Amino acid sequence: MAALPSYAGPLERFWYYAFRFLCGSIFLFLIAPIIVMIPLSFNAEPYFTFTPEMLAFKSEAFSLRWYQDILDNEQWLHSMKNSFIVGIAATFLATSLGTIAALGLSRGDMPYRTLIMGLLLSPMIVPLIITAAGLFFFYSSLGLAQTYTGLILAHTALGTPFVVITVTATLSGFDRNLIRASSSLGASPQRTFFKVILPLISPGVISGGLFAFVTSFDEVVVALFLAGFEQRTVPRQMWAGIREQISPTILAVATILVGVSILLLATMEILRRRSERLRGLSPN
Amino acid sequence: MAAITENDGMMRAADGTPLKQALARATRMNKARAFLLTTPLLAFILVTFILPIGLMLFRSIDTPEVSAAFPKTLAILQEWDGNDLPGEDAYASFASEMQELASDRDTRSMISRAGTRLNYIQSGFRSLMNKTSRRIQRVEEPPFKEAFIKIDKRWGEADTWKTIRQAGSRYSTRAYLNALDLTTSPDGEIVAQPEIKQIYVTLFERTIWVSIGVTVACIALAYPISYLLATLPSGTSNLLMIFVLLPFWTSLLVRTTSWIVLLQTNGVINDILVWIGIVGDDSRIQMIYNMTGTFIAMTHILLPFMVLPLYSVMKTIPRDHMRAARSLGANPMIAFMRIYLPQTVAGVGAGSILVFILAIGYYITPALVGGQDGQLISNIIEYHMKKSLNWGLAAALGGILLAGVLALYWLYNRIVGISNMKLG
Amino acid sequence: MSAMKPSRLLIAGLAAIGLTTAAQAADTITVVSWGGAYTNSQVKAYHEPWIAKTGNKINSEDYNGGLAEVRAQVEAGNVTWDLVDVELADAVRGCDEGILEPMPLDELPAGSDGTPAKDDFIAGTLHECAVGEIVWSTVYSYDTTKVATKPTTIADFFDLKKIPGKRGLRKTAKVNLEWALMADGVPADKVYEVLATPAGIDRAFAKLDTIKNDVVWWEAGAQPPQLLADGEVVMTSAYNGRLFNAIVNEKKPFDIVWDGQVWDIDLWVMPKGSKNKAAAMDFVKFATDTDRLADQANYISYGPVRKSSFAKVAPAMQPHMPTAPVNFKNPLQNDFGFWADYGDELNERFNAWLAS
Repeated sequence: MAALPSYAGPLERFWYYAFRFLCGSIFLFLIAPIIVMIPLSFNAEPYFTFTPEMLAFKSEAFSLRWYQDILDNEQWLHSMKNSFIVGIAATFLATSLGTIAALGLSRGDMPYRTLIMGLLLSPMIVPLIITAAGLFFFYSSLGLAQTYTGLILAHTALGTPFVVITVTATLSGFDRNLIRASSSLGASPQRTFFKVILPLISPGVISGGLFAFVTSFDEVVVALFLAGFEQRTVPRQMWAGIREQISPTILAVATILVGVSILLLATMEILRRRSERLRGLSPN
Repeated sequence: MAAITENDGMMRAADGTPLKQALARATRMNKARAFLLTTPLLAFILVTFILPIGLMLFRSIDTPEVSAAFPKTLAILQEWDGNDLPGEDAYASFASEMQELASDRDTRSMISRAGTRLNYIQSGFRSLMNKTSRRIQRVEEPPFKEAFIKIDKRWGEADTWKTIRQAGSRYSTRAYLNALDLTTSPDGEIVAQPEIKQIYVTLFERTIWVSIGVTVACIALAYPISYLLATLPSGTSNLLMIFVLLPFWTSLLVRTTSWIVLLQTNGVINDILVWIGIVGDDSRIQMIYNMTGTFIAMTHILLPFMVLPLYSVMKTIPRDHMRAARSLGANPMIAFMRIYLPQTVAGVGAGSILVFILAIGYYITPALVGGQDGQLISNIIEYHMKKSLNWGLAAALGGILLAGVLALYWLYNRIVGISNMKLG
Repeated sequence: MSAMKPSRLLIAGLAAIGLTTAAQAADTITVVSWGGAYTNSQVKAYHEPWIAKTGNKINSEDYNGGLAEVRAQVEAGNVTWDLVDVELADAVRGCDEGILEPMPLDELPAGSDGTPAKDDFIAGTLHECAVGEIVWSTVYSYDTTKVATKPTTIADFFDLKKIPGKRGLRKTAKVNLEWALMADGVPADKVYEVLATPAGIDRAFAKLDTIKNDVVWWEAGAQPPQLLADGEVVMTSAYNGRLFNAIVNEKKPFDIVWDGQVWDIDLWVMPKGSKNKAAAMDFVKFATDTDRLADQANYISYGPVRKSSFAKVAPAMQPHMPTAPVNFKNPLQNDFGFWADYGDELNERFNAWLAS
């Protein structure tokens, strides 16, 4: 597909360009919605369409007023703080629990591996509305509904499958002889874990952690059921905003979130490269 | 662990135990160690995830209200043959139980709760119970039968009492019947709900069709670009991969918002269409707050979940296969159908099940852009959870949805193996 | 922490307990309401003066109506909400189900003119478990710049020939069925009588059928003014207070049609087992006195439920009240008893109707 071979006939040429055009349209479908609202969030007017002034690139048609709006609005700032508190706490818990479990799961002698794996990954599969309903009753009875603890625990459960998957995948390329070497040289299991295993699987751990963070950062159904006003996260706040009215402020928030996802994407790419390099260094 | 041979000819470990035993113990130890490592997470998931969902599902069969409020009357009704009307003893016991419950504010609510439960079976029961419990206070002398019928003539109908008897069972599968648009007649036969009240089967069907539609659309869109990405030189394909990964990492709500901005009546696409002159300013196309909007937004959101597994499968297919087929005289179409396509089936399967599972439980996007005909089963579950407070029915609908999803999960495990699930 | 001696831990613990008791001297109550302009009016008229007077604190939370959270909290025995602003039907249902505390109706302050509370409140706005605060109405509104003929009656809302274009309606059976019957010629005082019969229900749905394809359904109270402003609909049902906000504060070119308004009340209820009962009761008594109720009407156009408050409402606000004589011509009071009985069934049918 890389280039058209010189022997290609006219029909083949037609197909080649038609196919490229088709792919281009699909890529446009994927990316256009994300790109379109970025300029709109700088609109000086409270509309969601491009004003003639904007299309003429007049500087007065653009403004940062909706971003200023976010900074002036206590609720948005509060929800951003909440999203980070809940996200970071849930990520920390999910990463710790998930990494340890993945160490067990990737050992060849794990009993009932499929069953346990199935249970551990279930939070990713169960429809969120069912999860949210179940947790709503459960945490209400524990007094944890409308608390940070409840929301953090719920998001931890939702995030662990991603950590388990990524860390298990990393461990599958891990040379277990390194552990034997380490312990034969007299290192304690803890020391082996922190000095040998962790540095080698860290790309998997970090990318699992990123997935867990994004899961929490993007989650709204459980937050709808479990978060009180005090615990409102950014998606919960956006949900309220979209349901009531789409103000350009929401587009500004959305643009910031796109910025965040670009950062995450870049981090993942760096991790992937690092992981490939590390794997290249390992004995097998 | 150096094995030494003793005079009985048996292989023994350093501490003298037979080697077979020592090995078995070591294996057990290793198994236990592996299991211990997973214990914290397993316990966490069991307690904070599986248990709550189990408890929630239990609500679908838990119907304690009527049996808690009127145990004696129910015992008498069990003896009743159901022909004619129950005897005076049933009316008398019902009156005394009602009077006793109503005498205290804390127990009075039990009558209303029983009324609510009965109201799910027969509308109007809630007010009948409340009205009767107020008026029966003043009746002290038998005959109670006449007194009840004087309060409301429905107490003189056998069906009313049959309904109470039906609702009196401690556990019941009624919520599941209702979730399938069925109900029971007063005599206990399972019958279809009246047509005007049938909704859940339609919604389940719609949810399944939308999920199939979205899955097919995702295959159709993902296949060409995955092929392109897998065959381009890695520099170019890594660059193009951003088009797939950026949406993947972007918040669901952000993407739903942008579709609203694009598709609404005064949105970007309609503006463009009007500007080009395809549609008039007063006949803008309705593309959101209906099924179209739900479908487009869901396809966009789930597309990366199809591209990623497809891409990773296509990447492993050697390009020589196609070249060999071509050089042996197959035309490109046949070479593709017979050589390339079969090798990608696994990727299509993996992606399809994943997309389908995610689509079938979708809540947010239909709720925001679905309007009236774009609502899916999750939305009605939310309605019964938050608005109508019919938690039993919500749990039953959820139970059916969950059973479907778990079946697909099992299938996914059979085909792909959950341990082979990859991300990003 | 590991370096801390047991005795120091004890001291730290005691200090922490001391701090919490000190904090509890000023109570914090959680008051839950509907959000937006409505909650703002309550914060200005009730919360701020009460905080200033008592030194207590208020956590103000938003919700979307319904009893789900209250019931879950009470059932679980872990109540975090102290007061909830609910519609009458929910107050009655919650009281019946035993998930609400009884209200000390005898302790409510007398009106500013000395009338005892039970006579000062409009009939039907005090309930065993609930104390009324406002009268609000569901009305419909249109964009004056978008219609050729101005609608004046509820029948016009259903008349696609006279006024073509999309309509907005709340996604629930309540009010829509009543309006359908009124538009079909049923007088206001016969609506619930007709609606209690199968033929009446069919008649209401048949009338709704005539506009079904032209309806945009809304759920949150802030949506309809936005739908009008965005041009998604030419007219829409809405809560009169939200429309007031759009017309008077945001200067939108909307007009309200009061004909066929369905009025209802909002009340304070307390979930059973509230942990700050005393402070919350104090708030209810404070917030429902003559002056506080009159003051709320200065921020949003919902009518106070006390007769003694009417006269104290600022003259500029009076014409915007649902109960103003000029607006209160063909009103229908929402019948909570009817909806408590038939709500489940009618909503079920309504949902089926929507989905078909």
